[in-house]
Amino acid sequence: MSQEVMIKLVDIDKSYGEVQVLKGVNLEVMRGQTISIIGPSGSGKSTLLRCINKLEAINSGYIEIEGITVASANCPDHPMASAAQVKSALGKTGMVFQSFNLFPHMTVMQNLIEAPVHVKKIPKAQAIEIAKEKLAEVGLSDKADAYPSKLSGGQKQRVAIARALAMSPDVILFDEPTSALDPELIGEVLDVIKGLAEQHMTMMVVTHEMGFAKEVSDRVIFMDNCNIVADRPPQEFFSDPDHPRIKAFLDKMLTKHG
Amino acid sequence: MELFNYILTIMPMMLTGLVTTLHMYFWSAIFVIPLAIFFAFLKVSGPRPIRWILNVYTWAWRGTPLLLQLMVAIFGLPTIGINISNKFAVAAVVFCLNNTAYVTEIMRSAIESVDKGQYEACQVLGFSRVWTILRVIIPQSIRIALPPTCSMMINLIKDMALVNIISLMDLTRSAYIISNRDSTISPYVIAFIMFLLITSVLIKLFGVLEKRAMRYD
Repeated sequence: MSQEVMIKLVDIDKSYGEVQVLKGVNLEVMRGQTISIIGPSGSGKSTLLRCINKLEAINSGYIEIEGITVASANCPDHPMASAAQVKSALGKTGMVFQSFNLFPHMTVMQNLIEAPVHVKKIPKAQAIEIAKEKLAEVGLSDKADAYPSKLSGGQKQRVAIARALAMSPDVILFDEPTSALDPELIGEVLDVIKGLAEQHMTMMVVTHEMGFAKEVSDRVIFMDNCNIVADRPPQEFFSDPDHPRIKAFLDKMLTKHG
Repeated sequence: MELFNYILTIMPMMLTGLVTTLHMYFWSAIFVIPLAIFFAFLKVSGPRPIRWILNVYTWAWRGTPLLLQLMVAIFGLPTIGINISNKFAVAAVVFCLNNTAYVTEIMRSAIESVDKGQYEACQVLGFSRVWTILRVIIPQSIRIALPPTCSMMINLIKDMALVNIISLMDLTRSAYIISNRDSTISPYVIAFIMFLLITSVLIKLFGVLEKRAMRYD
C-alpha cells in the first residue's frame, strides 16, 4: 500500500471556553487506511474528526488534507491555503453522522443527487446513475423513492453513507456511525463500512464497536484526556494493552458487552 | 316565506359587503407569507443592520394595537403631510405589515427549530449558506410554521372588520347598517354565516397544504 499522507494534523489544540478538548494532537493518516478511534466519552474523539472538516475551528496547530493547509491557527509557518483550495480540499472529505442527518423532505434519491448536482455541477442524469450505483453498494436499490422517515435506523445510516459516497470523497469521516442504532441494526452498517475498507477507502471511524476496530481497522487510535495515548495495529493494541488507562477502558467495554 | 323574501332583498348589499371584505383580504394577505419567509430568512442570516431593523419592525408592529396602527396611517399621516388618497391601499398595507410581523416571528422560530445536524450535513456536502437555507432549512420550517400561520390568516379575515374606520362598506359594516335601518338581527346572522364559510375555506386550504407538507412523514 502506498504511504502517501492523506491527512496530517500537527499540534492541534482545541478548547471550548475553559474546557480543553484537544491538546497538542499529532496524527498522520495514509491513503487507503482505515483508522478506528476509540476511547472514553469526552476524550475528544468526535472533536478531532470535526476539526478535520472544519465543523469545529482549532485554536492552535494546522491541518492538511492532501497537502493543502485547510486550517491553521497560531502557525505563521503554515498559513491557510486560498479559500478556493480549502474548499476543494474539504470537498474531498465526506462525513457520516451519528444522527444520520438525512434531509427528511427529500427522497433517498434526492438526498443522494442534491450535492453532486448543485455543488459538483454533475449533470442530473449522470448523478442519478452514480446514486443508483452507490445505493446498490449499500444494498438499498429498492429504496430510491422512499422518504427517510420510512426507513429503519440502519437503512438511514446506509443511505447517509451512500450520500457521502456519491460525492466521490477521498476520505470519509465516521462520527459514531452506529451509536444511535438498535443493536440488531449495527451489523448491516458495519458490513457496509467493512466493504469500503476492503476497497481501500480512506476512513476514520470514531466507534465504540471493539469487534469492528479489531477486525477491520489498520490502526487503532486510543484517545484519553485530550490526546492520543496509543496508535497501534489492532492485533497489538488488543492483545497487549500497554497502558493502564487502555486496559481499564477495554475491561469496562468488555464487561459492558460481555 | 316573509323572512326569505327579506333576506333576498338585503342579499345584494350583503354580497357587496362580502366582496369588499374579500377584496381587502386578498390584498392584505397575498404578500404576507412570501414577505414573512423573506424577512425570517434575513433575520436568521442577514447582515446585522438588517436584522436589527427587522427586530424593531416585528417588535413595534406586534407590540401595538392594529386599530391604532390603522388610525395612525389613515388619520395621523395626513397631519404630517403624508396624504395618500387611496385609503383602501393604505389599510391593506397596514393589515399586511401587521400580519407579516407575526408570521415572520413564526417562521423565524420554525427556522431555528430545524435540527443543527441539517446545517452540518449541508456544510460537509459543500452547500453554500444561501443554498442550505433555501433548499434544506426553509422547506422544513414551512412545514413547522404552517399550523400557526393558518391561525394568523384566519385572524386576518376577522381583522377586516376594522376597515370600518375608512368607512368602507365591508361585510361587517353592511350588516350593521342594514340591521340599524330595519331593526332586525338577520343581517348579523348572515354575516356570521358568511365569515364562517370564508374561514372554513381557509382551514380547508391550509389543511391541503399541511397534508402536502406532511407527505414525507
